[in-house]
Amino acid sequence: MPVQDPQERNSNFNEVALGYTEEQAVLEAGRCLECKNPKCMEGCPVNIDIPGFISKIKVRDFDGAIAKIKETNALPAICGRVCPQEEQCEILCILGKKSEPIAIGRLERFCADHERETNVEKRPVAEPSGKTVAVVGAGPAGLTVAADLARVGHSVTIFESLHEAGGVLIYGIPEFRLPKSIVKEEIDFITKLGVDVKVNYVIGRIKTLNELRDEFDAIFIGTGAGLPKFMGIEGENLNGVYSANEFLTRVNLMKAYRFPEYDTPIKPGKRVVVVGGGNVAMDAARCAQRLGADEVTIVYRRGDEELPARREEIEHAKEEGIVFRLLNNPVRIVEGENMTVAGVECIKMELGEPDGSGRRRPVPIEGSEHLIDADIFIVAIGTSPNPIIFTGSEGLERSEWGTIVVNEDGMTSIEGVCAGGDVVTGAATVISAMGAGKLAAETINTYLMDN
Amino acid sequence: MSYKILEKREMVPNVHLIKVDAPDVAKAARAGQFIILRIDEEGERIPLTIADYDVEEGSVTIIFQEMGKTTKQLGTLSCSDDLQDFVGPLGHPADVRNLGTVVLVGGGIGIAPIHPQAKAYREAGNRVISIIGARNEGLLILEDEMRARSDELYVATDDGSKGHHGFVTDIVKEILDGDEEEVARIVVIGPPIMMRVAAGVIAPYDVETIVSLNPIMIDGTGMCGGCRVSVGGKTKFACVDGPEFNAKDVDFDLLMSRLSLYRDEEGQALENYNKCCSGSDCKCQ
Repeated sequence: MPVQDPQERNSNFNEVALGYTEEQAVLEAGRCLECKNPKCMEGCPVNIDIPGFISKIKVRDFDGAIAKIKETNALPAICGRVCPQEEQCEILCILGKKSEPIAIGRLERFCADHERETNVEKRPVAEPSGKTVAVVGAGPAGLTVAADLARVGHSVTIFESLHEAGGVLIYGIPEFRLPKSIVKEEIDFITKLGVDVKVNYVIGRIKTLNELRDEFDAIFIGTGAGLPKFMGIEGENLNGVYSANEFLTRVNLMKAYRFPEYDTPIKPGKRVVVVGGGNVAMDAARCAQRLGADEVTIVYRRGDEELPARREEIEHAKEEGIVFRLLNNPVRIVEGENMTVAGVECIKMELGEPDGSGRRRPVPIEGSEHLIDADIFIVAIGTSPNPIIFTGSEGLERSEWGTIVVNEDGMTSIEGVCAGGDVVTGAATVISAMGAGKLAAETINTYLMDN
Repeated sequence: MSYKILEKREMVPNVHLIKVDAPDVAKAARAGQFIILRIDEEGERIPLTIADYDVEEGSVTIIFQEMGKTTKQLGTLSCSDDLQDFVGPLGHPADVRNLGTVVLVGGGIGIAPIHPQAKAYREAGNRVISIIGARNEGLLILEDEMRARSDELYVATDDGSKGHHGFVTDIVKEILDGDEEEVARIVVIGPPIMMRVAAGVIAPYDVETIVSLNPIMIDGTGMCGGCRVSVGGKTKFACVDGPEFNAKDVDFDLLMSRLSLYRDEEGQALENYNKCCSGSDCKCQ
């Protein structure tokens, strides 16, 4: 797939991957064997009929292709861009055994983009059921639940605490990886299904879950894992230390990269150190680079193979000039003048015996402490669920990690209240949240029909 | 979404009161909580402590001082204008209980958030002694309202133009030194420097002292972590763990340092805004 040149893109926020042309899409689709027993579908958390939509691309029925995708996935332009297809559907493709698997994600993206560009619209919605559902949180899980339940005729209201719907799609994932106009259009599609989105509405503050339960026939909680973790090391409250959440929210949701046209400022930094090895760390580093930093370094305590980010994101980051200091861990942030960051003291690590997760445990090498000059330090080591939803939610069972406990159908300890996505699993991917949303939507639909 | 301004007035130079149509927020609001607003699409999200709320009218009142670009722009809005976003109530409500005698101290713009607390503490059965202060008489806000909501009211001005010539903390000290009052709790809200001084003055008396912190934040729901404060050596998020904390545990130096983080950018934004607003075709006039 064509991409923007690294030297050009590392100073702009435009989308990196440019997408297939019609010809490229038809050519790629032509390689699909349309297996009788398609393995790829087993890897899709939202059960897209993959050979079904690809066969329509082959015959240039692009409208038919997107209709096929949207039967089960309301957010294809997003999934086509941010799903880790290489470890879900594409890894199972038979063609991958001998050569390259079908580029399912790119084809999905092509169909969604083609629809947006040609403005096909309006899918049939079932007769109103008379049942009401409240969805708490307008992220990937909540949007999926809302779309699926609206389609079968239920009246759905989404409550979102920020001023815009989208959750991590809006505040977290940067413009150059997922243009916000695309997120908005996919959300438009969901509101056209009849879903009411109430922004600036914090459940747990304006209304409690228990109050909401009295007003609606069923509830879905998809409040995500928005609470940033810090390392607990010296100097973490200095000026110039950001959580990745804050750094990305300033850039993406508040458009600080367009300051002063937009009012929200950000400290771009000259020498930026990001700790963490996931997609969020890559996003933060690449944003810092685009804001004009001279050097951006990712510090990660394990090795290259263990980096949890998508390979594509790691490669993109490297191409753009991000420095990777692997097997390294910050131990202290060095204070400069006026409580600012002057540097990050790191210690070298080596990999020891496997730990409980099966990954080799990083062990510090004594005496290997060294200093990296920095004026901005970004902590991207994960997030945990936001506890606000638990205020006034009697009967809602929660695990010791602060996640909501659900059964195999996605139902919580309160009847008629489902939950899914990061608030159940801890921080994970957009598509796994959408998969959980699909399951919860089925559970809620069954519950509503039985009651 | 948009939120209509029902009332707007300049209370004293550069200090404005805005009453906003936000029935859901008004219904849930309690003394001590705050809201976050955004004027328009390009605007930043700023936190402001609730100065009053009226469930019947469905309104929430905020009072602010013109400081930077956003508050200056907010000051140009008028009745029937809209705010694009208005979210709340955020943070924990003040822990209001019947304690006996409670002293409420408001400095400058800090009188605004003290105002609903006077009402709440009194309704809970407390004897409320309020002390309010400003640089001079002309900058003093809510005097009548505070008098009506308090059992006793003291006023202090830096220049002596009204009430006690000096600081609010002088009066606090006098009360604590006297034998007349058994003070159960003191609540101090004002500029960080004033809260720090008050915490120092009160410390020897061992009276529970609460302050309300208003650091820089974005979402106000615990998501960004920008509002980190150090309380008793532990990092807390003012938005979800506060905004009220025990004064003796707060690291005020860190708070003040973090509040000054964007001073350059704030200066630049204000300068651009002032330049724009001197022209006749300015959109904000």
